[in-house]
Amino acid sequence: MTMPLHTEARAAGYNFAFLDEQTKRALRRALLKAVAIPGYQVPFASREMPMPFGWGTGGIQVTASLIGPDDVLKVIDQGSDDTTNAVSIRKFFRRMTGVRTTERTEEATIVQTRHRVPERALSDDQILVYQVPIPEPLRYLEPRETETRKLHALSEYGLMHVKLYEDIARHGHIATTYAYPVMVGDRYVMDPSPIPKFDNPKMHRMRSLQLFGAGREQRVYAVPPFTSVRSLDFEDHPFAVQTWDQTCALCGAGDSFLDEIVTDDRGGRMFVCSDSDYCSRRRGDGETDPARGAAAE
Amino acid sequence: MNDTPLLQVEGLSKRFGRIAACDDIGFDLHDGEVLGIVGESGSGKTTLLRCLSALIAPDRGTVRYRMRDGSRRDVFALSEPERRLLMRTDWGFVHQNPRDGLRAHVSAGANVAERLMAVGARHYGEIRERATDWLARVEVDTARIDDAPRTFSGGMQQRVQIARNLVTHPRLVFMDEPTGGLDVSVQARLLDLLRGLTADLGLSAVIVTHDLAVARLLSHRLMVMRGGQVVEAGLTDQVLDDPQHPYTQLLVNSVLQP
Amino acid sequence: MYVAVKGGERAIDAAHDWLAEERRGDQAIPELTVGQIEGQLSLAVDRVMAEGSLFDRELAATAIKQARGDLIEAIFLVRAYRTTLSRFGYAEPVDTEKMAVKRRISAAFKDLPGGQVLGPTFDYTHRLIDLGLAEPGLEVEGAAPPPDDPAAPAHDDLMSPPRVVALLDDEGLLEQERPGPGDGDPGDITRQPLSFPADRGERLQALARGDEGYLLSLGYSTQRGYGRTHPFAGEIRHGAVAVEYVPPELGFPIVVGEIEVTECQLINQFAGSRERPPQFTQGYGLAFGHGERKAMSMALVDRALRSEELGEEIGAPAQDQEFVLAHADNVQATGFVEHLKLPHYVDFQSELELIRKLRDRWETPGQSEMRAEAAE
Repeated sequence: MTMPLHTEARAAGYNFAFLDEQTKRALRRALLKAVAIPGYQVPFASREMPMPFGWGTGGIQVTASLIGPDDVLKVIDQGSDDTTNAVSIRKFFRRMTGVRTTERTEEATIVQTRHRVPERALSDDQILVYQVPIPEPLRYLEPRETETRKLHALSEYGLMHVKLYEDIARHGHIATTYAYPVMVGDRYVMDPSPIPKFDNPKMHRMRSLQLFGAGREQRVYAVPPFTSVRSLDFEDHPFAVQTWDQTCALCGAGDSFLDEIVTDDRGGRMFVCSDSDYCSRRRGDGETDPARGAAAE
Repeated sequence: MNDTPLLQVEGLSKRFGRIAACDDIGFDLHDGEVLGIVGESGSGKTTLLRCLSALIAPDRGTVRYRMRDGSRRDVFALSEPERRLLMRTDWGFVHQNPRDGLRAHVSAGANVAERLMAVGARHYGEIRERATDWLARVEVDTARIDDAPRTFSGGMQQRVQIARNLVTHPRLVFMDEPTGGLDVSVQARLLDLLRGLTADLGLSAVIVTHDLAVARLLSHRLMVMRGGQVVEAGLTDQVLDDPQHPYTQLLVNSVLQP
Repeated sequence: MYVAVKGGERAIDAAHDWLAEERRGDQAIPELTVGQIEGQLSLAVDRVMAEGSLFDRELAATAIKQARGDLIEAIFLVRAYRTTLSRFGYAEPVDTEKMAVKRRISAAFKDLPGGQVLGPTFDYTHRLIDLGLAEPGLEVEGAAPPPDDPAAPAHDDLMSPPRVVALLDDEGLLEQERPGPGDGDPGDITRQPLSFPADRGERLQALARGDEGYLLSLGYSTQRGYGRTHPFAGEIRHGAVAVEYVPPELGFPIVVGEIEVTECQLINQFAGSRERPPQFTQGYGLAFGHGERKAMSMALVDRALRSEELGEEIGAPAQDQEFVLAHADNVQATGFVEHLKLPHYVDFQSELELIRKLRDRWETPGQSEMRAEAAE
């Protein structure tokens, strides 16, 4: 591109991608460390961003430290490109970098996500950036960081299994449905962020680099490409994902995570893909549900 | 049985400010042997137990332990991972207050099973079977396996705590007033259970108590502490029936009056 | 119908237009100027500067205007702006002993060198709403002249009295806070994330930007017995201090400006321990601008957090540094509390599935174990 890319950011007195270059470098150093120790939470000096903590500041800082003028950015929240926070983050990066944004998963070089992994498999030239609220998988079992750090260092993960044991004893199955803990590279137990457990298998030996940013908690962590990511379970109670009796009411997909949409106040429901790009592309591909009439927005 | 002591303590001292809580204490503990430590509060017996079990570091002295592989290691020279592994496999610690030794918000079964999972057990059915088995051995109604310890009586909580410690078959158990705070009848049954378990399992144990009756029932040998020092030591019956030191005489007379 | 679940840029833009309209309020009333806020709501400006961690009156006033008076929102704006500022280096530590004081009091001594200087304070005012202030125009420019009190220093005759805590130095009864030989430079929590256990320098930094209300409540809790520290207000001083910087090319300090701060040094009883004799210890608080409540609360909490170092019994919330420091920042706290407004459809969907399953099981007694779901 020959056009001045980030004129708006510059005009407003901000650096390309908001953060100054030194902060970006510090962040990239933390990310390199994270990649070198898969699943390990690396502390970093998180900055205040123009969005509130808890609204994706970790992911935004990770993206800001990586993004260059030639990148193409996709931002999703709950799988959708069009939820309010995704719109807001996408707009922020457009203003602060001038880079091209897209809704098409395969076009993006960086996909920033909150709470979902896209249905379409990512390739090895893409980076998936997760927004993370609580990076510590042991937090609700042991609130003290001094103690959890020790448990990670010594690989003492018995406590995590106590929780799973309790689930089975009480419910007959493991009752964790999202933020389901995983073992990364056979070493660190990691919180995959609050993605549904449906998405956990996609993380295993994924082709693309997965980066996780927790802004308020000041941690980044990573799963390098082709790294083993195993959901914790028991031999006789193996990990299993959610399944639906329905298919997507819009595109007919039977292999995607479905959101339940309340259509009226008399108990009417429909199930549609949470991944809006996946769904609309399938519809574009001709696999349309006959029930769907006016889909246009 | 092994001729080398399981636990060998030499010159152990610990001060708090001007107060010597433990002053130059030494003893050997062999396989299957139960040592009682008696004294009134402030005598240093609890500090000694905390030093022996590596909960706090002494100012001077060594505590050597014969590991499962036969090597003898200074407990305080172990790396932290080694020490923590030792504490949750080959050692047990029974606290006076079961709340200190149990997770109050998880079920009795999970409390017992935690150590198993901590050392890598990953088959739910087997883990649960062993937890059930241990609850039965300490005479807790196994139908209550999924109830939280806080819904149990004090005596039952203490039994769960004992099962939680014994599930990994430790060779050495430290006990701090294990029957303190319980009703007399509950105490008696718990003491019976403990005596049976230590004998059946060939456990070595160090038991701290202010109650000479507890010491007489459970321990083979006895150390009497006062002001941080051991004033008398020997076979339990000998010390209690024929005390030599004036302080021991006072203790025996004041407590064992009919 | 499906459109209803979509957010969309247009809705956001419209909402923000509406916000701008609400901020302006009644068009018939003149718009507030930043200068008015800076001059007449100066304590709000001070708080925004303190918790925003940036001394810039005009910027803080602008943030207050933009935030419609929501101070935490304004603090957030200032922090986000602060992020973008490049850093030349570290200033020299400000010397508060050389402060040109507007106010300086000690509750530990009746009289002392330099005297008690009340300065502009709400203390001892009767909290009666002055309805005269509601009448526009009654308050004319050039306000009332300062009362002619011979005990108070004239406004242009500000002085730098000696520190109260130094007065006890001779007897060695009060610990003096001087850098020790082994002390390196303090950490910087904006460059290195806070990690526990945090040393005192890092703790003070976190407290300095911590939420005033939170610190107030925690400090208060120590006074009510949850981690008592037996405090006396050794000295509270407020005024202007010079900020000095040593440019590498010069090698000596030059004054680059002046800032107003409030400092509180608490004197706390301490019974002594194995390593330390009985003596008085200190709790320290410092805030930008005039923020006495903040500085005092900070000092109370600082002292409570020193319990471990001093070998005191720990048990109260204010003594627990992980608890205190991890929750002190109102920008972090607000963000996470308010993030509950963001959609959680996916997580909720997962929970809905689970509850349905649990309900099925509950309503079908005798069904012992759920059959495992289809394996992945």
